[in-house]
Amino acid sequence: MTIQAEIIVLPSSSPERSSLRLGDFPLIPALIIGVIALVAIFANLLAPHNPEIGSLTARFRPPFWETGGSTKYLLGTDQLGRDVLSRLIFGARVSMVVGFTAVIFAGAVGTTLGIISGYLGGWVDQVIMRITDTWLALPALMFAIFLAAIVGPSMWNIVIILGLVYWTRYARVIRGEVLSLKEREFVRLAIVAGCSKWTIMRRHILPNVINSAIVIGTLMLGVVIITEASLSFLGVGVPPPEPAWGLMLSDGKQSLMVGRWWLSVLPGCCIMLMVLSANLLGDWLRVKLDPQLRQL
Amino acid sequence: MKQYIGKRVGYCLLSLFLLSVTIFFFVRVTGDPATLLVEPGASHADMDAIRHQFGLDQPLWVQYGIFMSSLAHGDLGQSFYYRTPVLELYLSRLPNSLYLAAVAMALSLLIGIPSGVLASVRVGGFWDSFGKMFTLLGLSLPSFWVGLVLILVFSVYLGWLPSSGAGTPMHLIMPAFALGWYFAAAHMRLTRSAMLEVLGSEYVKLARLKGLPQSLVIAKHAFKNALIPVLTFAGINLVIMVNVSVVVEVVFAWPGIGRLLYEGISFRDFPVVQGVVLIAGAMIVIVNLVIDILYAVIDPRIRLES
Repeated sequence: MTIQAEIIVLPSSSPERSSLRLGDFPLIPALIIGVIALVAIFANLLAPHNPEIGSLTARFRPPFWETGGSTKYLLGTDQLGRDVLSRLIFGARVSMVVGFTAVIFAGAVGTTLGIISGYLGGWVDQVIMRITDTWLALPALMFAIFLAAIVGPSMWNIVIILGLVYWTRYARVIRGEVLSLKEREFVRLAIVAGCSKWTIMRRHILPNVINSAIVIGTLMLGVVIITEASLSFLGVGVPPPEPAWGLMLSDGKQSLMVGRWWLSVLPGCCIMLMVLSANLLGDWLRVKLDPQLRQL
Repeated sequence: MKQYIGKRVGYCLLSLFLLSVTIFFFVRVTGDPATLLVEPGASHADMDAIRHQFGLDQPLWVQYGIFMSSLAHGDLGQSFYYRTPVLELYLSRLPNSLYLAAVAMALSLLIGIPSGVLASVRVGGFWDSFGKMFTLLGLSLPSFWVGLVLILVFSVYLGWLPSSGAGTPMHLIMPAFALGWYFAAAHMRLTRSAMLEVLGSEYVKLARLKGLPQSLVIAKHAFKNALIPVLTFAGINLVIMVNVSVVVEVVFAWPGIGRLLYEGISFRDFPVVQGVVLIAGAMIVIVNLVIDILYAVIDPRIRLES
């Protein structure tokens, strides 16, 4: 059965369509994400210094183009004399690992529960959806802070926390799609052919909602990275001395008032580039993969 | 109508119940809550005393009963750091957060609505593209970073605005902008799509057929109607704003609820953290209920649908 052919392309009469079509492939955002991913993978080779060990004699060096800066520390050093460039490079690894694993974890939980909820219906649906509604009512960042305050900070705890906070976003949308999918001919045929509920959910429903899950995932990537940075910024995220961008920002905040801009502006730029690219890519994917999500 | 409202209120109560279960469950399942409830550095005897005092040696359902009955009395526990009831502390900070959120909201509407209207008048034109850029930036920039850059430019380099604290209207400008930008982006998107919907409607076509000038059609026929969904969402967003301003309040040392939450984390003052999160969830659940009911009162289609 050609499941892919089952996806209907909604004839859209709204003026949204033409304007959203404007960018074909967002080359620059994709390149930026690709470069950040490569930097994260090869951080060991690329970083000129150890990101966690600095020399106290070389504290607060400005970037090389400012007076007092040297090419030994291209982007300057922080309050412990650690090389900012190296920390940014290793920070890419933290952001990438946390961002992707959290999005995938949340996606796996949310998609599974969304499919179960939508397909089985009845009290299962009621229970899952009421929990989803309640968890959606908690502001994401606050909920994450609450969980982080309980379990204590570590990188993998943050991944689990972000997954727990954000699975509801997937479950909501996926359930809605499953509700309409399960009325379709191919699902009925599968029931007639004697497939079990689990087989139908796995073989017939899942392939049809995976596109939406990917779109939501891409759009969530930016949100997750900002949340991670916010948690680190507030001191309940990735613990020091790990070089996370949010943590660097928070450290840099102290010396902002004396004009040491590079300690907070540079990690912020990295976060912005990453999130902006993820959002642009997500917008494009949304239009490309799933016409039904255009209103999202 | 009565049936509909009854159902909504039922859902709301259920959500509040689930919210309390969630909070209760997470605190207990992730370890010994006694370690969170005692002050850092407490002795073993203290821990046992706390366990007994909070009933932590009792079965879970009894513990939940105790938890709920104290909640019902408005007792959210005692702050370790301030030595005052959490609720009192919360209420003393709430006005500051509301003040900041109100100004940020006004700012975001002032930016969001006009730019949304401009973008909708000519889809694909300069204002539309500009608006897209603006919203994308607003949604992608972490608000704490916007805050830090604002401090760097306006406090450190230019010296025009105070970098932190509260007191004068000058203190408000930067936090309100840092908080409002994200929402300005959301309001612009909403205004644009609401305007596009209205501009495609029959009565706008009729107004055009009558030969009314474009400006009158936009201002009088379209804008007024497009404003309804935008203002409704602004109401919800105001509540959300109060609860998401943690990082902005921390950056600018604004003495609101977000800052209280941050102090709760920093001082390991767990009752404060738990209280703030509980109230935030409850607030949003209740506002959702109010909005649902208001919609049903205004629009009969909604209550008939269910």
